[in-house]
Amino acid sequence: MAKFRKKKSGGQQAINTASLPDIVFMLLFFFMVSTTMKEVDMKVQIKPAQATELATLEKKELVTFIYVGVPAKKFQALYGSEPRIQLNDQFATVPDIQSYIAQSRDAMRESDQPKMTVSIKADRECPMGVITDIKQALRKAAALKINYSAAEMVKNR
Amino acid sequence: MSKREVQEVNAGSMADIAFLLLIFFLVTTTMDTDTGLARLLPPPVEEEPEDTPPIKERNVFTVLINSQNQLLVEGRPMEIRDLTEATKEFILNPLDDEKLPEKKEIEVELLGVQEVTKGVISLQNDRDTEYQTYLMVQNELQRAYNELRDDLAKRKFGKTYEELEKEEQKAVRSVFPQKISEAEPKNIGGN
Repeated sequence: MAKFRKKKSGGQQAINTASLPDIVFMLLFFFMVSTTMKEVDMKVQIKPAQATELATLEKKELVTFIYVGVPAKKFQALYGSEPRIQLNDQFATVPDIQSYIAQSRDAMRESDQPKMTVSIKADRECPMGVITDIKQALRKAAALKINYSAAEMVKNR
Repeated sequence: MSKREVQEVNAGSMADIAFLLLIFFLVTTTMDTDTGLARLLPPPVEEEPEDTPPIKERNVFTVLINSQNQLLVEGRPMEIRDLTEATKEFILNPLDDEKLPEKKEIEVELLGVQEVTKGVISLQNDRDTEYQTYLMVQNELQRAYNELRDDLAKRKFGKTYEELEKEEQKAVRSVFPQKISEAEPKNIGGN
Protein backbone atom coordinates (compact mmCIF):
# COMPACT_ATOMS: atom_id res chain seq x y z
CA MET A 1 0.00 0.00 0.00
CA ALA A 2 1.21 3.42 -0.83
CA LYS A 3 1.74 5.87 1.91
CA PHE A 4 -0.38 8.95 1.91
CA ARG A 5 0.78 12.14 3.37
CA LYS A 6 -1.28 14.29 5.62
CA LYS A 7 -3.32 16.70 3.63
CA LYS A 8 -2.75 20.31 4.41
CA SER A 9 -5.71 22.43 5.12
CA GLY A 10 -5.80 24.58 1.98
CA GLY A 11 -3.57 27.63 1.44
CA GLN A 12 -0.86 27.98 -1.18
CA GLN A 13 2.55 26.62 -0.51
CA ALA A 14 5.41 29.10 -0.48
CA ILE A 15 7.85 28.81 -3.35
CA ASN A 16 11.39 28.19 -2.36
CA THR A 17 13.33 31.39 -2.91
CA ALA A 18 16.72 30.10 -1.99
CA SER A 19 17.98 30.48 -5.55
CA LEU A 20 16.69 33.97 -6.06
CA PRO A 21 19.94 35.55 -4.93
CA ASP A 22 21.78 33.50 -7.51
CA ILE A 23 19.59 34.76 -10.28
CA VAL A 24 19.90 38.32 -9.11
CA PHE A 25 23.66 38.02 -8.89
CA MET A 26 23.77 36.55 -12.32
CA LEU A 27 21.84 39.45 -13.78
CA LEU A 28 24.00 41.86 -11.87
CA PHE A 29 27.19 40.34 -13.18
CA PHE A 30 25.83 40.25 -16.69
CA PHE A 31 24.99 43.91 -16.71
CA MET A 32 28.23 44.81 -15.03
CA VAL A 33 30.14 43.08 -17.75
CA SER A 34 28.21 44.14 -20.82
CA THR A 35 27.70 47.79 -19.95
CA THR A 36 30.37 50.14 -21.14
CA MET A 37 31.02 52.73 -18.55
CA LYS A 38 30.46 56.13 -20.04
CA GLU A 39 28.98 55.88 -23.47
CA VAL A 40 28.89 59.30 -25.00
CA ASP A 41 25.49 60.62 -25.81
CA MET A 42 25.46 60.57 -29.57
CA LYS A 43 24.20 63.75 -31.09
CA VAL A 44 25.21 62.94 -34.63
CA GLN A 45 24.07 60.00 -36.69
CA ILE A 46 26.85 57.72 -37.76
CA LYS A 47 26.55 54.84 -40.15
CA PRO A 48 30.02 53.39 -39.87
CA ALA A 49 32.15 53.04 -42.95
CA GLN A 50 33.29 49.57 -43.86
CA ALA A 51 36.70 48.15 -44.55
CA THR A 52 38.48 44.81 -44.44
CA GLU A 53 42.05 45.45 -43.31
CA LEU A 54 41.15 46.46 -39.81
CA ALA A 55 43.30 46.87 -36.77
CA THR A 56 41.81 46.80 -33.30
CA LEU A 57 42.09 49.78 -31.04
CA GLU A 58 43.48 48.24 -27.95
CA LYS A 59 43.99 50.50 -25.01
CA LYS A 60 40.78 52.43 -24.53
CA GLU A 61 42.33 54.98 -22.23
CA LEU A 62 44.72 56.10 -24.96
CA VAL A 63 42.00 56.82 -27.45
CA THR A 64 40.20 60.09 -27.99
CA PHE A 65 37.16 60.11 -30.20
CA ILE A 66 35.98 62.64 -32.72
CA TYR A 67 32.53 62.02 -34.15
CA VAL A 68 31.45 63.40 -37.49
CA GLY A 69 28.01 63.09 -38.98
CA VAL A 70 24.67 64.65 -39.68
CA PRO A 71 23.00 65.90 -36.47
CA ALA A 72 20.30 63.65 -35.06
CA LYS A 73 16.70 64.45 -35.99
CA LYS A 74 15.92 66.40 -32.84
CA PHE A 75 18.94 68.67 -33.29
CA GLN A 76 18.43 69.37 -36.96
CA ALA A 77 16.24 72.40 -36.33
CA LEU A 78 19.07 73.97 -34.40
CA TYR A 79 22.15 72.71 -36.17
CA GLY A 80 20.99 71.99 -39.69
CA SER A 81 21.57 68.84 -41.67
CA GLU A 82 25.14 69.39 -42.81
CA PRO A 83 27.70 67.04 -41.23
CA ARG A 84 28.91 68.39 -37.92
CA ILE A 85 31.64 67.50 -35.47
CA GLN A 86 30.87 66.20 -32.01
CA LEU A 87 33.47 66.28 -29.27
CA ASN A 88 32.47 64.66 -26.02
CA ASP A 89 28.82 65.60 -25.59
CA GLN A 90 28.80 68.77 -27.58
CA PHE A 91 28.69 69.99 -31.10
CA ALA A 92 31.91 71.67 -32.01
CA THR A 93 33.71 73.36 -34.84
CA VAL A 94 37.13 72.67 -36.28
CA PRO A 95 38.95 75.34 -34.20
CA ASP A 96 37.68 73.65 -31.01
CA ILE A 97 39.61 70.49 -31.81
CA GLN A 98 42.98 71.82 -30.75
CA SER A 99 41.88 72.68 -27.24
CA TYR A 100 39.93 69.43 -27.00
CA ILE A 101 43.03 67.44 -27.90
CA ALA A 102 45.14 69.43 -25.48
CA GLN A 103 42.58 68.80 -22.77
CA SER A 104 42.37 65.08 -23.30
CA ARG A 105 46.13 64.88 -23.52
CA ASP A 106 46.46 66.62 -20.17
CA ALA A 107 44.04 64.15 -18.65
CA MET A 108 46.36 61.29 -19.56
CA ARG A 109 49.32 60.02 -17.66
CA GLU A 110 52.51 61.61 -18.85
CA SER A 111 53.99 58.33 -19.97
CA ASP A 112 50.92 57.66 -22.10
CA GLN A 113 50.78 61.00 -23.81
CA PRO A 114 53.02 60.13 -26.78
CA LYS A 115 50.88 57.07 -27.46
CA MET A 116 47.67 59.02 -27.72
CA THR A 117 45.51 57.97 -30.62
CA VAL A 118 42.66 59.92 -32.08
CA SER A 119 39.90 57.88 -33.59
CA ILE A 120 37.81 59.60 -36.22
CA LYS A 121 34.34 58.11 -36.29
CA ALA A 122 32.70 59.52 -39.35
CA ASP A 123 29.57 58.72 -41.23
CA ARG A 124 30.23 56.88 -44.44
CA GLU A 125 28.54 59.52 -46.56
CA CYS A 126 30.34 62.38 -44.96
CA PRO A 127 32.33 64.46 -47.46
CA MET A 128 36.09 64.42 -47.04
CA GLY A 129 36.26 68.20 -46.67
CA VAL A 130 35.28 68.08 -43.01
CA ILE A 131 37.63 65.22 -42.33
CA THR A 132 40.51 66.95 -44.05
CA ASP A 133 39.91 70.01 -41.88
CA ILE A 134 39.97 67.78 -38.82
CA LYS A 135 43.19 66.18 -39.98
CA GLN A 136 44.82 69.56 -40.44
CA ALA A 137 43.67 70.61 -36.98
CA LEU A 138 45.07 67.39 -35.53
CA ARG A 139 48.38 68.01 -37.21
CA LYS A 140 48.50 71.45 -35.64
CA ALA A 141 47.61 69.93 -32.28
CA ALA A 142 50.45 67.43 -32.79
CA ALA A 143 48.12 64.46 -32.45
CA LEU A 144 49.53 62.46 -35.31
CA LYS A 145 48.41 58.94 -34.53
CA ILE A 146 44.96 58.62 -35.94
CA ASN A 147 42.57 55.84 -36.67
CA TYR A 148 39.80 55.91 -39.23
CA SER A 149 37.07 54.03 -37.48
CA ALA A 150 35.41 51.40 -39.63
CA ALA A 151 33.40 48.26 -39.21
CA GLU A 152 34.15 44.87 -40.69
CA MET A 153 32.87 44.67 -44.25
CA VAL A 154 29.72 42.62 -44.37
CA LYS A 155 30.00 40.98 -47.73
CA ASN A 156 33.12 40.02 -49.57
CA ARG A 157 33.79 41.97 -52.69
CA MET B 1 -11.14 15.07 -5.46
CA SER B 2 -8.18 14.71 -3.22
CA LYS B 3 -5.71 17.56 -3.14
CA ARG B 4 -2.15 16.43 -3.46
CA GLU B 5 0.56 18.28 -1.69
CA VAL B 6 2.80 20.38 -3.92
CA GLN B 7 6.10 18.63 -4.07
CA GLU B 8 9.13 20.69 -3.28
CA VAL B 9 11.51 21.09 -6.19
CA ASN B 10 15.09 20.48 -5.40
CA ALA B 11 16.78 23.83 -5.84
CA GLY B 12 20.26 22.69 -5.05
CA SER B 13 21.39 22.76 -8.64
CA MET B 14 19.90 26.18 -9.32
CA ALA B 15 23.12 27.88 -8.38
CA ASP B 16 25.01 25.70 -10.83
CA ILE B 17 22.66 26.67 -13.62
CA ALA B 18 23.00 30.32 -12.71
CA PHE B 19 26.76 30.14 -12.76
CA LEU B 20 26.69 28.27 -16.02
CA LEU B 21 24.64 31.04 -17.60
CA LEU B 22 26.84 33.67 -16.05
CA ILE B 23 29.95 32.08 -17.45
CA PHE B 24 28.30 31.65 -20.83
CA PHE B 25 27.51 35.36 -21.03
CA LEU B 26 30.92 36.28 -19.72
CA VAL B 27 32.54 34.36 -22.50
CA THR B 28 30.27 35.37 -25.35
CA THR B 29 29.77 39.07 -24.67
CA THR B 30 32.25 41.17 -26.56
CA MET B 31 32.95 44.59 -25.27
CA ASP B 32 32.12 46.38 -28.50
CA THR B 33 35.71 46.71 -29.66
CA ASP B 34 36.62 49.60 -31.87
CA THR B 35 38.28 48.77 -35.12
CA GLY B 36 39.67 50.94 -37.82
CA LEU B 37 42.54 51.77 -40.11
CA ALA B 38 45.52 53.19 -38.28
CA ARG B 39 47.40 56.03 -39.95
CA LEU B 40 50.13 58.44 -39.05
CA LEU B 41 49.72 62.08 -40.00
CA PRO B 42 52.75 64.04 -41.13
CA PRO B 43 54.03 66.51 -38.54
CA PRO B 44 53.02 70.10 -39.11
CA VAL B 45 55.40 72.15 -41.20
CA GLU B 46 55.93 75.79 -40.37
CA GLU B 47 56.43 76.89 -43.92
CA GLU B 48 56.97 75.01 -47.11
CA PRO B 49 60.65 74.25 -47.53
CA GLU B 50 61.69 76.02 -50.65
CA ASP B 51 63.72 73.57 -52.59
CA THR B 52 62.77 70.04 -51.73
CA PRO B 53 64.62 67.61 -53.92
CA PRO B 54 62.29 66.65 -56.72
CA ILE B 55 60.99 63.11 -56.66
CA LYS B 56 61.30 61.36 -59.96
CA GLU B 57 58.08 60.84 -61.84
CA ARG B 58 58.57 57.09 -61.93
CA ASN B 59 58.83 56.92 -58.16
CA VAL B 60 55.42 58.42 -57.51
CA PHE B 61 52.19 56.48 -57.66
CA THR B 62 49.45 59.06 -57.88
CA VAL B 63 45.97 58.13 -56.79
CA LEU B 64 43.33 60.79 -57.28
CA ILE B 65 39.74 60.55 -56.13
CA ASN B 66 37.28 63.04 -57.50
CA SER B 67 34.02 64.34 -56.11
CA GLN B 68 32.09 61.64 -57.97
CA ASN B 69 34.08 59.02 -56.06
CA GLN B 70 35.95 57.96 -59.18
CA LEU B 71 39.57 56.94 -59.21
CA LEU B 72 42.38 58.15 -61.40
CA VAL B 73 45.52 56.12 -60.92
CA GLU B 74 48.69 57.20 -62.72
CA GLY B 75 46.56 59.15 -65.18
CA ARG B 76 44.19 56.31 -65.96
CA PRO B 77 40.71 55.68 -64.57
CA MET B 78 40.58 52.59 -62.43
CA GLU B 79 38.11 50.60 -60.38
CA ILE B 80 38.78 50.33 -56.67
CA ARG B 81 39.01 46.54 -56.84
CA ASP B 82 41.99 46.75 -59.22
CA LEU B 83 43.92 49.10 -56.99
CA THR B 84 45.52 46.46 -54.79
CA GLU B 85 47.15 44.67 -57.71
CA ALA B 86 48.34 47.92 -59.26
CA THR B 87 49.83 49.02 -55.95
CA LYS B 88 51.61 45.73 -55.46
CA GLU B 89 53.07 45.90 -58.92
CA PHE B 90 54.23 49.44 -58.27
CA ILE B 91 55.91 48.51 -55.01
CA LEU B 92 57.53 45.32 -56.24
CA ASN B 93 58.40 46.33 -59.81
CA PRO B 94 59.16 42.68 -60.58
CA LEU B 95 60.39 43.23 -64.14
CA ASP B 96 62.50 46.32 -63.42
CA ASP B 97 60.27 48.36 -65.65
CA GLU B 98 61.62 51.79 -66.59
CA LYS B 99 58.32 53.40 -65.71
CA LEU B 100 58.01 51.77 -62.31
CA PRO B 101 60.05 52.96 -59.32
CA GLU B 102 63.71 52.41 -58.69
CA LYS B 103 64.89 50.06 -56.01
CA LYS B 104 67.80 50.25 -53.67
CA GLU B 105 69.46 47.43 -51.82
CA ILE B 106 69.67 47.72 -48.09
CA GLU B 107 70.90 45.45 -45.37
CA VAL B 108 68.05 44.30 -43.15
CA GLU B 109 68.54 42.46 -39.89
CA LEU B 110 67.38 38.83 -40.02
CA LEU B 111 66.69 39.05 -43.74
CA GLY B 112 70.01 40.04 -45.24
CA VAL B 113 70.25 42.27 -48.29
CA GLN B 114 66.85 43.18 -49.64
CA GLU B 115 65.62 45.33 -52.47
CA VAL B 116 63.50 48.15 -51.19
CA THR B 117 61.48 50.34 -53.46
CA LYS B 118 61.97 54.07 -53.60
CA GLY B 119 58.37 54.53 -54.60
CA VAL B 120 55.94 56.75 -52.77
CA ILE B 121 52.18 56.59 -53.00
CA SER B 122 50.59 59.97 -53.35
CA LEU B 123 46.93 60.14 -52.48
CA GLN B 124 44.79 63.12 -53.22
CA ASN B 125 41.09 63.50 -52.80
CA ASP B 126 38.45 66.11 -53.42
CA ARG B 127 36.63 67.86 -50.63
CA ASP B 128 33.42 66.23 -51.80
CA THR B 129 34.76 62.71 -51.94
CA GLU B 130 32.66 60.41 -49.84
CA TYR B 131 34.33 59.13 -46.69
CA GLN B 132 33.49 55.54 -47.54
CA THR B 133 35.30 55.77 -50.89
CA TYR B 134 38.33 57.38 -49.31
CA LEU B 135 38.40 54.66 -46.71
CA MET B 136 38.08 51.95 -49.34
CA VAL B 137 41.08 53.36 -51.17
CA GLN B 138 43.07 53.47 -47.94
CA ASN B 139 41.86 49.97 -47.29
CA GLU B 140 43.07 48.68 -50.67
CA LEU B 141 46.46 50.31 -50.19
CA GLN B 142 46.68 48.73 -46.76
CA ARG B 143 45.70 45.40 -48.26
CA ALA B 144 48.50 45.67 -50.79
CA TYR B 145 51.02 46.24 -48.02
CA ASN B 146 49.56 43.49 -45.87
CA GLU B 147 49.70 40.99 -48.69
CA LEU B 148 53.27 41.89 -49.58
CA ARG B 149 54.36 41.64 -45.96
CA ASP B 150 52.56 38.35 -45.58
CA ASP B 151 54.24 36.98 -48.70
CA LEU B 152 57.67 37.93 -47.47
CA ALA B 153 56.98 36.62 -43.99
CA LYS B 154 55.83 33.29 -45.38
CA ARG B 155 58.83 33.05 -47.67
CA LYS B 156 61.39 33.86 -45.02
CA PHE B 157 59.87 32.62 -41.80
CA GLY B 158 57.09 30.30 -42.87
CA LYS B 159 54.51 32.25 -40.89
CA THR B 160 52.10 35.06 -41.58
CA TYR B 161 53.11 38.57 -40.68
CA GLU B 162 50.73 38.59 -37.74
CA GLU B 163 52.33 35.51 -36.22
CA LEU B 164 55.88 36.84 -36.35
CA GLU B 165 57.87 38.04 -33.39
CA LYS B 166 58.27 41.78 -32.86
CA GLU B 167 61.79 41.80 -34.27
CA GLU B 168 60.81 39.85 -37.35
CA GLN B 169 57.84 42.09 -37.97
CA LYS B 170 60.13 45.07 -37.78
CA ALA B 171 62.46 43.52 -40.35
CA VAL B 172 59.58 42.80 -42.70
CA ARG B 173 58.25 46.29 -42.20
CA SER B 174 61.53 47.84 -43.15
CA VAL B 175 61.46 45.98 -46.45
CA PHE B 176 57.95 47.23 -47.15
CA PRO B 177 57.62 50.53 -45.35
CA GLN B 178 54.27 52.18 -45.74
CA LYS B 179 54.85 55.34 -47.68
CA ILE B 180 51.59 57.07 -48.34
CA SER B 181 51.71 60.78 -48.81
CA GLU B 182 48.53 62.78 -48.77
CA ALA B 183 48.38 66.05 -50.57
CA GLU B 184 46.10 68.86 -49.54
CA PRO B 185 42.71 68.23 -51.08
CA LYS B 186 41.52 70.27 -53.96
CA ASN B 187 38.09 71.52 -54.63
CA ILE B 188 37.88 70.80 -58.30
CA GLY B 189 34.57 69.06 -58.38
CA GLY B 190 32.63 72.04 -57.14
CA ASN B 191 29.13 71.94 -55.88
